[in-house]
Amino acid sequence: MNSKIQHSIDLITVLTQKEMKVRYKSTFFGYLWSVAYPLAFALVFFIAFKVIMRIQIENYALFLITGLFPWQWFANSVNASPTVFLGNVSIIKKIDFPRNSLLIATVLQDAIHFVLSIPVIVLFLFLHDQTPSISWLYGIPILMGIQFLLTYSLSLMISSINLFFRDLERLTLIFTTFLFYFTPIIYPESMIPERYKILFSITPLSPLMVSWRHLFLDGTLNPIFLIVSFGYSVLLFIIGSLVYRKLSWKFAEVL
Amino acid sequence: MNEPAILFDRVSKSYHLYHPMTGGIKSFLFHLPEAVKTLKNSRYEVLREVTFQVSKGESLGIIGRNGVGKSTLLGLIAGIIKPTKGKITVQGRIAPLLELGGGFHPELTGRENIVMKGVLLGLTKNEVFQKMDEIIEFSELGDFIDQPIRIYSSGMLARLGFSVVANLDPEILLIDEILAVGDTNFQKKCLDKMVAFKKSGVTMVFVSHSMGDIISICDRVVWLDHHVVKMIGEPKRVIENYLKS
Repeated sequence: MNSKIQHSIDLITVLTQKEMKVRYKSTFFGYLWSVAYPLAFALVFFIAFKVIMRIQIENYALFLITGLFPWQWFANSVNASPTVFLGNVSIIKKIDFPRNSLLIATVLQDAIHFVLSIPVIVLFLFLHDQTPSISWLYGIPILMGIQFLLTYSLSLMISSINLFFRDLERLTLIFTTFLFYFTPIIYPESMIPERYKILFSITPLSPLMVSWRHLFLDGTLNPIFLIVSFGYSVLLFIIGSLVYRKLSWKFAEVL
Repeated sequence: MNEPAILFDRVSKSYHLYHPMTGGIKSFLFHLPEAVKTLKNSRYEVLREVTFQVSKGESLGIIGRNGVGKSTLLGLIAGIIKPTKGKITVQGRIAPLLELGGGFHPELTGRENIVMKGVLLGLTKNEVFQKMDEIIEFSELGDFIDQPIRIYSSGMLARLGFSVVANLDPEILLIDEILAVGDTNFQKKCLDKMVAFKKSGVTMVFVSHSMGDIISICDRVVWLDHHVVKMIGEPKRVIENYLKS
């Protein structure tokens, strides 16, 4: 049994390393790109909302990146998910191994890039005369656990269905764009008008993204948000696993 | 006969043909009744009621025309695809050698690919590292082993592929028309290795169009024709009939 667990760990490690190596193959700046993207977005939103539209939020730059970095992890994984199985045809058609390990590797790889981007948040905190809180020590692992489960489950569902319904790839892009603007990432949850508050509670990512920002900015964790976002991830995990189990045996045939 | 390593009990395999959906939603909706009907009925039968068994340590050859279901058969043994009907029992760790560079990533080096493929085939990283030198030596790739395999020639890929699979202590080896690519030297090396496997009791299923290779390796041969097993038995006799047909 023990060697079975060891093998699963090795399988995921090897596939994650592969993803890391392949992702920035032959680029000079390598991992810096995974920080450069959200920073570039932050700059765009900063100009649009702070400079031009004069949004009334203190330290808006800091506010933006505390939401954009975790979002980037989610969005990268989910947007990549439709092609995860398609991009590994040669393995899937030739070898019998747990196919979901490919997705675990993809999401894990983006998670690692997210962790590597946390120092940038710290840097921004220092620039605003603030310091990281001690609660990060348990807060970051908890939120990462929830986000991993949520992202993995959603990606598993999308990548599995996409093999049978290739249009999903386009729909996913639209879906993540909607989700981005309906989730309080570039604006605080307090700015949502009263009668649209319902939107906040039904977008599955809201409690999680808001939790990230509160953790990074004031070192607090709201237990209700934690429970709700954990609930969403478990629900998605159940649905994702059911879909995967129903479809996975056919993967090699439709690829 | 000792116990079977592979057992096929009246196995049928048919594929759905997916064309109605790939025609796009427009054509699907415009021809809805027909489309649904074809979706339901358009199955392509590859194998019908195939029954045979391979004993532990036996080498079975599979011959037949192109598209007759040889690779499907190997895929079924490897557990990559599931049968539509019937039952397949396989005992032992399978090492499939189904395609040149199958399970390799072009951007990774030869060495990295060895680790990835080994782990995908069910070994732990440590087990692969222990075999690493053996694999590299067998492949005779020299310094190329640390180059990304996208620069490899097809012969070099074949070398890498065979070396990995052959040196990972397989219990059941599936080989799909793979030896045709390497140079004569390496082909001979592979055949020698397969003969050595045979001696050490590895079960082999070998798909090939090279009747010479089949005769020199296999104990029995299955001839697939029109979805069914047309003939099964002693290599020379089956091949004689096959060539006459």
